Amino acid sequence: MSRDPPALLDYGRRWPLRLVMFAVFLFLYVPLAALVLFSFNDSRRTTRWQGFTLDWYRRMIADTELIAALGNSLVIALLATLISLVLGTLAAVALWRFRFPGKALVSGGFSLPILIPEIVLGVAFLIFFAHVLPWPVGLPWPLSLGAITIAHVAFCFPFVAVVVRARLQSFNREEEEAARDLGAGPWRALVDVILPYLRPSLLAGGLLAFTLSLDDFVITFFTAGPDTVTFPVKVYSMVRFSVTPKVNAISTVMLLITVALTFVALRLQARHGGRALPG
Amino acid sequence: MRTIIEFRNISKSFGDVLAVDDVSLTINEGEFFALLGPSGCGKTTLLRMLAGFETPSRGTILIDGRDITRTPPNRRPVNMVFQSYAVFPHMSVLQNVEYGLRMDGVAAAERRARAREALAQVKLEALEARMPDQLSGGQRQRVALARAIVKRPRVLLLDEPLSALDAKLREELRFELSDLQDRLGITFVMVTHDQDEALALATRCAVMHKGSLLQVATPADLYEFPSSRLVADFIGSVNLFEGHVIADESDHAVIDLPEHGARAWLDHGVGVSETVTVWLAVRPEKVELHKRGHGTPPPEIEGTPAGYNVLAGTIRDIAYLGSESVFDVALESGQRLRVIRPNLTRWDQEDFIWDEPVWVAWHAEAAAVLLQ
Repeated sequence: MSRDPPALLDYGRRWPLRLVMFAVFLFLYVPLAALVLFSFNDSRRTTRWQGFTLDWYRRMIADTELIAALGNSLVIALLATLISLVLGTLAAVALWRFRFPGKALVSGGFSLPILIPEIVLGVAFLIFFAHVLPWPVGLPWPLSLGAITIAHVAFCFPFVAVVVRARLQSFNREEEEAARDLGAGPWRALVDVILPYLRPSLLAGGLLAFTLSLDDFVITFFTAGPDTVTFPVKVYSMVRFSVTPKVNAISTVMLLITVALTFVALRLQARHGGRALPG
Repeated sequence: MRTIIEFRNISKSFGDVLAVDDVSLTINEGEFFALLGPSGCGKTTLLRMLAGFETPSRGTILIDGRDITRTPPNRRPVNMVFQSYAVFPHMSVLQNVEYGLRMDGVAAAERRARAREALAQVKLEALEARMPDQLSGGQRQRVALARAIVKRPRVLLLDEPLSALDAKLREELRFELSDLQDRLGITFVMVTHDQDEALALATRCAVMHKGSLLQVATPADLYEFPSSRLVADFIGSVNLFEGHVIADESDHAVIDLPEHGARAWLDHGVGVSETVTVWLAVRPEKVELHKRGHGTPPPEIEGTPAGYNVLAGTIRDIAYLGSESVFDVALESGQRLRVIRPNLTRWDQEDFIWDEPVWVAWHAEAAAVLLQ
């Protein structure tokens, strides 16, 4: 039985391309697999397999500083995500909805933080919080995280704005007008009609903001105080002394969180987007 | 008849573009009014100003004598059926129809009852639990209709209501729309570029061109007594002959058509000076075809002296459309003429063919005289 020759876009059936694809996957995932594997290694060394253990995970949980840092990171990420969602959505809706003088400038101003090198932003925030808005030291948790949260919002919300704006391009203005026509005020129409339409982009933008905030190191490094260490900064300081499998364990946990979040997001999107199929 | 809507000297410009230019118009209660014109003529802008989505640059709009020029859309006694239907995709059919009542704070039980009643009006009661993407285009349009009438507006606005549907469905919904209007007694204002739609549905039409009103009249008057060449050409198709009046009495008029070396006889006076150029407009279905081959003399036309209202030509093309046939006739002057003949019998006795010499003729009452 002869098979059809591969079609023009049938990349998966041309062996040189398959080879390249395989190599790329190897390149991407072997380091991760090694990281996960050695978090279960019964040895202080990270290079040779000695046997299975959950010891590193136990030590990780026992490390109160590390857990506190993880808590800080999660709280900051959550706050920054929520604030970014609100600001980013409002920015996107304003740019989509209204015509005003200097709109191009404002639009560019919103997306600039995406392009500015993080190190520049980091130094800028260092100076900002030293001279312009000195964040008081010794505030009760989580107010103490305010400076970092503000910095994170600043570089996260443009991503939300970009994603939301892209979605708005395909929005049918008549749906908003229909809501207004049927008696809804401008805000009511936003909540009842526009926001439901934006749901997938809010999910995507929120997820983007959350992961960006959670693993940000550079900007956080410049804005974090001694009592506000975040998870990436903490891991960095641990690695500076020695790389132990505890770091592998921590990284594995982070990996799991990220994968789980992506999975949840995909499920949510499938649930709400699933209506596209006539049934 | 009571006036319900009044546009007073309405103008609207978008930047440098004047979309609506000093339009004054009154619409009466219970009318099915159509704003008709080619795209970009300002008809949609006029409708959107009525709905509250655009604010006039100048002028006043009154509904029931109340100035609503600057009233936001959610506080106007009008509801709209949008061109895209704009059915909310994340709400069920019933939720869509209930939405306007919810905004008005109507209690849940009454809301449901009224929404179901509106759905029954458009024969959709069986589909109330469906989501919009499970509906056909025609069904979605009915949801939009039910959603708009459930609030019992003073005026229902329809933006190209049938343009997105296929021909068969369009005809069906056309009848339903006018039936619905009869039952509800609400004033309908419709925007359309489709003259058939306007003629079939409207009790009165306004023909617009470049932001101005050309003529406001009943469909029959628009068709039979157009006020200008633009209207005559836009409503149906028309044959135009340029000329000037050479005799004008109370019971007849004669118009000289120099390009064709012929004269037209009208059975009424026109009251037009002999110095101005006029256009004679004859609808294609009001033109008769007669055989001209083998030296056949021009036909006699009842009520018209011999030699008037007859031109010689040759059939250039024939389009058979089932119920009628359309003939493209080249006159000796070179002008093309459109002639429509209904196919009354299954075999046409006269059987005109390509390149056949013919006489074209029309009756004394068939032509309209246009000054612009």
